[in-house]
Amino acid sequence: MTVILEVRGLSKGFTMHHLGACMAAFDDISFTLRAGEFLLLKGRNGAGKSTLLRTLYRSYLAASGSVLFHSAHGVIDLTRAADVDVTFLRRTEIGFVTQFLTARPRVSAEALVAEPLRLAGTDADDALAQARHWLGAFGVKRDLWPAYPTTFSGGEQQKVNLARALILPRRLLLLDEPTASLDAAARAALIDRLAELKRQGTAMIGVFHHPGDVSALIEREIDLTPDADPQEERTDVAV
Amino acid sequence: MTQTLDAPRLVKTKPLLIARNVSKTYGEVRALCDVFATVYPGEVLGIVGESGSGKSTFLRCLNLEEMPDTGSYTLDLPDVQGNLFDLDRYARRMLCATRIGIVYQNPHLGLLMRHSSSGNVAERLLVAGERRFGVLRDKAEAALDASEFPLDRMDAPPIELSGGMQQRVQLAKAIALEPALLLLDEPTTGLDVSVQALVLDTLKRLQQDRRITMVIVSHDLGVIRTLADRVTVMRRGMVVEEGLADQVFQDPQHAYTQQLVHAKL
Repeated sequence: MTVILEVRGLSKGFTMHHLGACMAAFDDISFTLRAGEFLLLKGRNGAGKSTLLRTLYRSYLAASGSVLFHSAHGVIDLTRAADVDVTFLRRTEIGFVTQFLTARPRVSAEALVAEPLRLAGTDADDALAQARHWLGAFGVKRDLWPAYPTTFSGGEQQKVNLARALILPRRLLLLDEPTASLDAAARAALIDRLAELKRQGTAMIGVFHHPGDVSALIEREIDLTPDADPQEERTDVAV
Repeated sequence: MTQTLDAPRLVKTKPLLIARNVSKTYGEVRALCDVFATVYPGEVLGIVGESGSGKSTFLRCLNLEEMPDTGSYTLDLPDVQGNLFDLDRYARRMLCATRIGIVYQNPHLGLLMRHSSSGNVAERLLVAGERRFGVLRDKAEAALDASEFPLDRMDAPPIELSGGMQQRVQLAKAIALEPALLLLDEPTTGLDVSVQALVLDTLKRLQQDRRITMVIVSHDLGVIRTLADRVTVMRRGMVVEEGLADQVFQDPQHAYTQQLVHAKL
């Protein structure tokens, strides 16, 4: 299978100038991820799971190591890629699914979900039709589609967030606890969509509070707890 | 700068704006020291820093209303060449009137307060050479509408309008000629929080619909967070850090940026 991501000796720490100290987050992580593979990150709270995802997405700057992303336009090291290249990849090839929706005032749920398609050049009618399809699939009630999600409950906002984050197939998808605050039906819809994207070749790296939800999708795991046994079985991870 | 990044490899578009080594002193005071910025077409660059950091001075240099002691400034536009700081006064004025729009924190700087709002917008079109009354009025109306200004008030002078509405008139004037570059100097500072949110929302819409390239200066990190793709942090006339907006806010590298981000309520 095609290699999508090669992480080599990646380390991250935070220099906190007011304390005159450096907090290590994770150290010397290496792995290779291929198209259609799902990698689960595990480890106790504070082990650096979300930090690793954010470092891969370049919301955090790596301290050392490399993240070679095999984009459709060639291989690029995300730890040192130009900001415009990172912005371009975030718009086209690398998705980040969090548990929070960034709602904007006076932007309807359906417009928010359609936006990634619009930015990728899909025409307005087609983008809106697909947006409505995914809002329906994640169980957002039809009367809410033209409403502003700023007023929605946490669960409904999360459904809008997922529809938006998963509407456009990506080469690499980073998932930071996307099942938090979802009801069972929406969780099932999420698993279906992830399975579909995986079949289409999307490589995924995820952090899940309850990895049981996605156990059928997982190929590999990395435990970020310091001194963890890398051979640990995956059945014991429900925290 | 803690880390140098590679030159762009995937994005082949040339930057619209490149400013390099911009320095300026006022007597003993060093206002700008080797300030730089690169902005790509359609991008929003946010400049943050406390009062006196030089961010507004730098913006006025980009608007060619203030000349630095040294530095270069280019805009990648069809008929615009060379270092813009070398242009004569007339050429500077024409370039600003036709290609660059600006919104000031203080509406008195950008508007004739006792002329009608529509007249203020039309004035910009007049400078660019438009003389037909009907066209002037239509274009002024369209620009005010795009700035979400209530059109039934378009003949009222700015002095009779609220602060938020005055900013919308400035914005309409700035975008009337569809400038290649929109400069915003603390555009929402001093407005009520609710009005501030609405003006920000209008800016966000304009940016999304028209892909206008913007440079926005603010001491308010929330404003920058809402609008900017990339952020430059200035202190005492110098750039201390730059990066993707989410990276600068979530993983600030410089001691000053950390202090700034953590001081946010």
